[in-house]
Amino acid sequence: MKIAMRILNLTLIATLLLLPEAYALTPEEKGLEIALETDRRDTGWRDFRTNMTMTLYNKQGESSIRSMKSSSLEGKDDGDKTIIVFDEPKDVKGTALLTFTHKQGADDQWLYLPALKRVKRIASRNKSGPFVGSEYAYEDLTSQEVEKYSYRYLRDEGCGDHAPDLVCFVNERDPVDEYSGYTKQHVWVDQNEYRPQKIDFYDRKGELLKTLTFYEYQQYLGQYWRAHRLMMVNHQTGKKTELKWEGYEFRTGLKDNDFNKNSLKRAR
Amino acid sequence: MRALLLMLLLVGIAHAGEWSGNIAIEGRVFQHDALDPRQDNSNFSFSALPEYFHEWNDGADSITFTPFIRVDSDDDERTHADLRELKWTHVGDQWETHMGISKVFWGVAESQHLVDIINQTDLVENLDGEDKLGQPMLKYSTSREWGTLDLFLLPGFRERTYPGKDGRIRTIPRVDTDLVQYESAKKEKHIDSAIRWSNTYDIWDVGVSWFSGTGRDPVLIPAIDSNGEVVLAPFYEQINQTGLDVQATIDSWLLKLEIISRDGTGDRYTASTAGFEYTLYGLFDSAHNLGLLAEYLYDERGRNAPTFFEDDLFVGARWTWNDVQDTQLLAGMIKDSNSSERIFRLEASRRIGESLKLNIEAQVFSNIPPSSRFANFNQEDYLQVELAWYF
Repeated sequence: MKIAMRILNLTLIATLLLLPEAYALTPEEKGLEIALETDRRDTGWRDFRTNMTMTLYNKQGESSIRSMKSSSLEGKDDGDKTIIVFDEPKDVKGTALLTFTHKQGADDQWLYLPALKRVKRIASRNKSGPFVGSEYAYEDLTSQEVEKYSYRYLRDEGCGDHAPDLVCFVNERDPVDEYSGYTKQHVWVDQNEYRPQKIDFYDRKGELLKTLTFYEYQQYLGQYWRAHRLMMVNHQTGKKTELKWEGYEFRTGLKDNDFNKNSLKRAR
Repeated sequence: MRALLLMLLLVGIAHAGEWSGNIAIEGRVFQHDALDPRQDNSNFSFSALPEYFHEWNDGADSITFTPFIRVDSDDDERTHADLRELKWTHVGDQWETHMGISKVFWGVAESQHLVDIINQTDLVENLDGEDKLGQPMLKYSTSREWGTLDLFLLPGFRERTYPGKDGRIRTIPRVDTDLVQYESAKKEKHIDSAIRWSNTYDIWDVGVSWFSGTGRDPVLIPAIDSNGEVVLAPFYEQINQTGLDVQATIDSWLLKLEIISRDGTGDRYTASTAGFEYTLYGLFDSAHNLGLLAEYLYDERGRNAPTFFEDDLFVGARWTWNDVQDTQLLAGMIKDSNSSERIFRLEASRRIGESLKLNIEAQVFSNIPPSSRFANFNQEDYLQVELAWYF
């Protein structure tokens, strides 16, 4: 009994000694916690449809338009499913891309070519390539699953000129996938609502490549925040792409059957 | 069927829908004189492919109407019109039906499409066989856990189009479609049927298909036409064809296989295409991608096969700029294993501004043996330029 009491006391003392250590998170733990909280707050939306318009600007300021419709289905155990259908440019109208995002491993992608009525499974290895000639890479547009990065909290600071009233966590995230075009990203997430406000992308050489800034957040279903205007600036080429999202509709009743090869062929 | 199509057309046009499509001008020049003096060394043509689409019932029902017309400066057979699509689509829960004239594609390979059999080739459009005629059909499709099952009933056979006497590129003697013959007493009214099952398992995309009815590629039989000219008469057999198509998608590799086994008037035979596409992404630290393709084309009938490709190797490269103008270039060569016969082909395209597209295509035929039924193709090297406006 005495021995038992002594062991209990020792355990108590040890626990008390270790407690401060247990509660002070490492930068990696805090970074992951921020990512998990961001993800938790954006869980449960089920599905949405929206229209997206990309305006591609070159160095001379000349512009070119891409317009698309997109529908997404939230994944339960795995990543989300998405279909993107092109409206413009007119020569690719009806071209559609189906993506199954996976938390682990490569995503699955199928491309529908309307002139040939052909569905092609494509290698999603091409994640670092530009999406339709824009400053967005494929990996910038696919579902941002927590498991796709490792994290490290850096500091607290203002979210930037576009959101002067907000304070942000600055979180570094390193892509897990060896085929990512980035060595790291710095993500500014506001402390009020855990919304991404700004992302700096660093290329394979570790140089600052692009900055993405999020504007015009609106809240849906009293919970889910969506930015309606995003600006991606490439610092190395001087080109930029503005992305506008319009007409968000949540919980439209989309199902798994709306995300297969048959529905891809019918997508409009 | 005709009444149904007319009704579809009227219902569609009575409603507000959306129009899209393209009109194009195309010029083609040949390097050498043709063996037949009636054939010119250049031709010019105009084409239009508008599409009307209307949906109702919250998208559960829709009508698609896609007429096509080409007017050619030289070839009366190439001047033609077709209904590429005129169909009513109804979508239920886990199933859908398509009624009317439609187009489907089966398969995974690039150099030839063995498994793809539903639609007839519109050969006057292009020698590559990628252009297809609209096929009347009733199609039921269901997508389940165990895959997608498509059932087809195909009333109304479409004859393959062939260039006319003034047209290039064609065989000598030419194919006279007026002399068409069928194995079936029902001729073009024979009702064909087909089934296809397809599914995805991880990296594997698999399809198994079965077709029974009038074969799409005719046997060409020497004949004399009404003017006493020696021509080839197309003869369409009744066939049963089983097809398998498989693609494995691994990292930067696409591994592809298509096999058919066909039973017709002759012996049952097998043909296949097997190969890969390997893509180098972000070539030399740029946004460019370079895809390297190789496929082996095999036909068990060997020299007797009524095709170019019985024991051939296709190698090609697909260069994509990933730029704002969507610039692409595809260069390929098919080499016969038993002779020095080679066919080179180049395709390039680039968007100009927001709604114009420039397509350039060139093909060179080299050392087709004199004994080949395509021997005169040695004269048919050409360059084609097309400018299309999309709306």
